[in-house]
Amino acid sequence: MTLLRLAFKSLRSRSLTTTLTIFSIALSVMLLVGVDRLRDAAQVGFSGTLSRTDLVVGARGGGLPLLLSTVFHIGNASNNISWDTYQHFAHHPAVAWTIPISMGDSHHGYRVVSTDENFYEHYQYRHDHHLSFAQGHLPSSLFDIALGAEVASRLNYHLGQKIVLSHGVEEKSIIQHSNTAFTIVGILAPTATPVDRALYMTLLGDEAMHFGWEGGTPPPIGEDAPRLDPSKLKVDEMSAFLLGTKSRVSTLYLQREINTYKPEPLTAIIPAYTLQELWSILDYADKTLSLVSAAVLVVGLLAMLIALYTALNERRREIAILRAVGLHARQIFALFLLESTLIAAVGTALGIAAVYGLLFVLHTTIENRFGLPVALVGLSTRVEIYALVTLVSAALLGAIPAFRAYRNSLVDGLNAH
Amino acid sequence: MRCAPMSNNPAGSEANAIALNDVRFSYTPGHSILRIPSLEVPSGRRIFLHGPSGSGKTTLLSLISGILTPQQGNVHVLGRDLTRLSPSARDTLRGSEIGYIFQGFNLIPYLTVRENIALPCNLHAERHNRITATTLTEEVRRIATRLDIHANLDAPVTRLSTGQQQRVAIARAIIGSPALVIADEPTSSLDTDRRDAFLALLTEVTSETHATLLFVSHDRSLAMHFDQSLSLPTINEATTQDAA
Repeated sequence: MTLLRLAFKSLRSRSLTTTLTIFSIALSVMLLVGVDRLRDAAQVGFSGTLSRTDLVVGARGGGLPLLLSTVFHIGNASNNISWDTYQHFAHHPAVAWTIPISMGDSHHGYRVVSTDENFYEHYQYRHDHHLSFAQGHLPSSLFDIALGAEVASRLNYHLGQKIVLSHGVEEKSIIQHSNTAFTIVGILAPTATPVDRALYMTLLGDEAMHFGWEGGTPPPIGEDAPRLDPSKLKVDEMSAFLLGTKSRVSTLYLQREINTYKPEPLTAIIPAYTLQELWSILDYADKTLSLVSAAVLVVGLLAMLIALYTALNERRREIAILRAVGLHARQIFALFLLESTLIAAVGTALGIAAVYGLLFVLHTTIENRFGLPVALVGLSTRVEIYALVTLVSAALLGAIPAFRAYRNSLVDGLNAH
Repeated sequence: MRCAPMSNNPAGSEANAIALNDVRFSYTPGHSILRIPSLEVPSGRRIFLHGPSGSGKTTLLSLISGILTPQQGNVHVLGRDLTRLSPSARDTLRGSEIGYIFQGFNLIPYLTVRENIALPCNLHAERHNRITATTLTEEVRRIATRLDIHANLDAPVTRLSTGQQQRVAIARAIIGSPALVIADEPTSSLDTDRRDAFLALLTEVTSETHATLLFVSHDRSLAMHFDQSLSLPTINEATTQDAA
């Protein structure tokens, strides 16, 4: 107990060095733990992008591009699938629900997704979260459009406003669907998933927008588009669809059935599996970050070692006095070891507290801006291991000056000037 | 000046606070620093040990306080044979039974005056048990008042003058009445007036606690303040041998 008090007072007397050392260790621990927490948040957020969907079905192609284009709105579907095929599987006895997805247009760089009411009913993310409307209702008539939360807030749109969509997905498209303006009827509540970054309309709305087009191009200049006749509109094809089975057990055989579907070449993927695959690619970046923060921690600990070691010479006198009042040489060792462990303990505690403090203060901002659900991430075993490793390494490094002090106490005895 | 009183009290190690017998010590083999056939310091006496710089005074004090052990011979301190004790038992004996005063910079810089004085009692229950006041705080205050440093009890030690620091060192050396007080050149950093006052105070307070005082200095003129005076070059045969 006396030793602990001595260690504490000795550290306090060198308050500037002690504070700086604690600060450097706190910063390194903060970086290490922060990267780890954000990584967990990213993984939770990422794998929660789409849940309770058993299969994603698109035209024959790679699983990753299909997931990226359908769920993350990155890249384009390799090909479309026909309405008949969709109907075939939508009415398949093993299938509970399907969500058709058709893409190809955009608005200020945000994708426009044509879908039907199944999307609002069955799309789920982060386990059991359903989509809901913050304002308005789902698009039901031809020229209705609903906005993802981010689209609405970034572009500062409100209900009832009319907007014009661009053909294609470029931010500055040369072809505008200027003669078919859409009315905003709903704004979705934020989900912190790519859903926030898209606009939603009906399947027929998509067809209406391209009414009279031939082979993907509008009618030539001078030739008017034919008058829109809603009764002539019909959906021919779509980019992909999401599918939920009645019983999860049938997922694998249904996947096989889709993949070997004769009338049209299709690809069906299990999103959870492909998300995992995608994550393992992204994880490299995170491992690098963790390595860098571990290196920073090593630097922090070395700074502590230097601070304690350089103080040794001016503390020889102090050691001699402590020996004179009867401290054993091993207690001198313990005293110096305690100092490094105290520094590391305070630094680690501060670092972890800072991370959780920051996450607590900033979690809504982080969730809204980056879509990372950090509030869901608690203390993990990994953080405890990091804390333990920091303490143990500090004690091990602290053993170096401690041993030197121990040697000094034996060599100098009471004779240090 | 008298030399080692070999025949004064040959049998009773109880009566001797310190008794060295045929002690040899060297830091490097074959290069003796100390070779002392006999040295006895009777209990309760105030002894002046004189020796020029480099004559092995601090080495001798390290042997007596149990920091070092001789390669040969016995060192009896307060009835205990140090050469038969474990290093940590020697440390405990030193902390609980010996008060030690250094030449200068006697104080732990990060403790207050009060904490510096109380340190031996906080480390050793024996010394705490021997205090005369009811609490340690009162004992520290009593001793500090006796040594006229009570106004500075809560000051950081760096604020004190050299003379005040040395008086704090006396306070720490005598708190809890250790049986032996060793002072290693404690006056060399003081001017003459303060040196005499310091010596008077030191001899007074050690006789109040009935402690044996072993005072080491290169300055012969201090010898008159003590009961008995020894000369290290005379009792240490290693020095004469080296000189020969």
